[in-house]
Amino acid sequence: MNFLLWFFLLVQLSLVSFASDPIRVGSKNFNESYVLSEIVASLLESKGFEVERKFGLGGTLVCYEALLASEIDVYIEYTGTVQQAILKGSKSGSSLEEMSELLGEEISLLPPLGFNNTYAIAIDKDLAADLSIKTISDLGRFPLLKAGFSLEFLNREDGWPNLAKTYGLSQNVVGIEHGLAYRAIKNGSIKITDAYSTDGDLKKFELIVLDDDKKFFPDYLAVPIIRNDISAEAIETISQLRGKIDDETMRSMNAKAVIERLSFDMIARDFLSIDGEIKKTYKNESFWQNLIKNTITHIKLTSIALTAGIFFGLICGFFAYNRQRISGMVLYLSSLMQTVPSIALLALMIPIFGIGEIPAIVALFLYSVLPIVRNTITGLRSIDPVLKKVVVAIGLTERQQLSQVLIPLAMPTIIAGIKTAAVISIGTATLAAFIGAGGLGEPIVTGLALNDVNLILQGAVPAAILAILVEFLFSLLERLILKPHMRQGLNPN
Amino acid sequence: MKNTVELKDVCKSLGSKKVFRDLNLAIPAGVITAIVGESGSGKTTLLSLINGVGFADSGSTYVFGEPVTSENLLQTQRRIGYAVQGAGLFPHLTAEENISIVARSIGMKSDLIKERVRVLLELVHLEQELLKSFPHALSGGQQQRVGLCRAMMLNPSLILLDEPFSSLDPITRKALHSEIIELQKATSVTIVIVTHDISEAMKLSQRIVVLKDGALVQEDSPENITSQPANQYVSDLLGAMS
Repeated sequence: MNFLLWFFLLVQLSLVSFASDPIRVGSKNFNESYVLSEIVASLLESKGFEVERKFGLGGTLVCYEALLASEIDVYIEYTGTVQQAILKGSKSGSSLEEMSELLGEEISLLPPLGFNNTYAIAIDKDLAADLSIKTISDLGRFPLLKAGFSLEFLNREDGWPNLAKTYGLSQNVVGIEHGLAYRAIKNGSIKITDAYSTDGDLKKFELIVLDDDKKFFPDYLAVPIIRNDISAEAIETISQLRGKIDDETMRSMNAKAVIERLSFDMIARDFLSIDGEIKKTYKNESFWQNLIKNTITHIKLTSIALTAGIFFGLICGFFAYNRQRISGMVLYLSSLMQTVPSIALLALMIPIFGIGEIPAIVALFLYSVLPIVRNTITGLRSIDPVLKKVVVAIGLTERQQLSQVLIPLAMPTIIAGIKTAAVISIGTATLAAFIGAGGLGEPIVTGLALNDVNLILQGAVPAAILAILVEFLFSLLERLILKPHMRQGLNPN
Repeated sequence: MKNTVELKDVCKSLGSKKVFRDLNLAIPAGVITAIVGESGSGKTTLLSLINGVGFADSGSTYVFGEPVTSENLLQTQRRIGYAVQGAGLFPHLTAEENISIVARSIGMKSDLIKERVRVLLELVHLEQELLKSFPHALSGGQQQRVGLCRAMMLNPSLILLDEPFSSLDPITRKALHSEIIELQKATSVTIVIVTHDISEAMKLSQRIVVLKDGALVQEDSPENITSQPANQYVSDLLGAMS
């Protein structure tokens, strides 16, 4: 028996040294998650593992789905989040082992890293002093203070609805991206927001955390959440982080990223006391290299999706336009599609297509189909009924009717639809970064996590320019293929 | 007299509205027949049964002695010229392309097409220079002449005219009236013209069919209709003539 055990251990070890599969480390799209994941990634690399970074995934749902779909192998989760958002509050208060068990055979939790990043309620330091607000209970006296909470906080079991119930709060609440909330407090548009207790930004924006006097918030201990199919060696390595990061250490690392603008890479090396000799899979690229890489990815995502969208949209449109019921159904379905929020659609893609470019392309494709189908159908339907009667009566086959008369007549509307689809795709593709597809959304997502306006603009400005360029290109195309008198009286869309 | 079109016990509904109930009608070959009636009388629906844009719910429609079926539909349609109110020209095609659209799609040789177009333009007194123009650049009369050329391009045995002159000014209309009469005399093609204007019918046709609410009210020569109107409705129509 002993011999067998040793044999397996040896096999495991040899697998590690010759491992061809890199360990894929994911992170959520906020500062602390980047820092922790970079620490995990750097630590693994320092022990000779090959690592692939899939950072900036859009929230708990995307990360966890990616882990389930074996698109990533590890990321850092919080015990409170596991209980509330992943296990949906079943058996709250259960231990780490119990939670690990509930997560199933493929997924495990490793020992906590040490700090407790619980939810907290933050307000401006001066405001708190003026109104002498120290605890969350104190907020009950000021129901008119406007609160802006992250959407996740607004919808969680341990979030706003139950917090308000516990403390009897009745503040007016708006949803706001976490990275923008502190700015909103600074410019006065909101007064209260949710924060994480280890948030480095609290210092920078001069906010204080209110005392949770009724002990409402559960523990949010940071724990590595892993797939069990990675090597025992890797698990062992990640487990070395157990208890190594306390609240203060985490807060100061967060502050280094947010306030001192140090790279995650540098913070991680500093923490791990690693010198610069380790082989890095992570490349430090220049501004222009990044811009070009992101723009190319962006164009690739949108052009593949758009081409498929045009192809499918036109076929659907041609098939459906003179079939009342089918075209009604097609239009209804595609409008329905359009009402699904982009980030939700992206998240829904993960169980089917994993993370990365493919689900992003599929989602963008679904979005681009609507304007194309709709405009194809409207374009064909709004042709003068007299012309439609003539084209049927003069002895052309159905195909000739379409190709020689109906499509050319509907062309201005169809092109307008394609143009709309292209512009929408370029905008929506910025969200693709949430599921690890890259593109110009990448600096936006990282910028939001770091509260770095510069970085946000590095994605937003080129994306806007790209959209304008595409709009311009399509106007040129219209000029090229439509005769001047066909361009006049374009159906407004 | 041979009939180009025959309708036997035709019933036809459009949506919930019954347009024809057991309509029997014959269009004689080689003359101009005018179908007269107010809007809603079924004139246009009648044309659509003849050129296969619509099919009867029951009864039979014979064109050139054959029932119109989905098999012979294209063949039949190519033997029928069709011109409509406002000409119905395709705005993205030049006058020449409008005239020759079907000829090209059935693979007629381009020099044959050119020659045929030239002859047709002469017939309707249009200058050859207009061929490259798009419809929006043509006057109403020119558009309608191009429409007539398109209808006649494949040398049809039957021409259907659906209120072709109603949007034209009186002078152009008068000129086109005489051109139609001339053209019919020259080719002895069968022409069916749908109009709400009985005076136009009187001027153009050898035979008038009066429709009211989808029913045949009177069918006779212009002279007999004037002298012996079948009922008060026909008298009223005649009385409204200026």
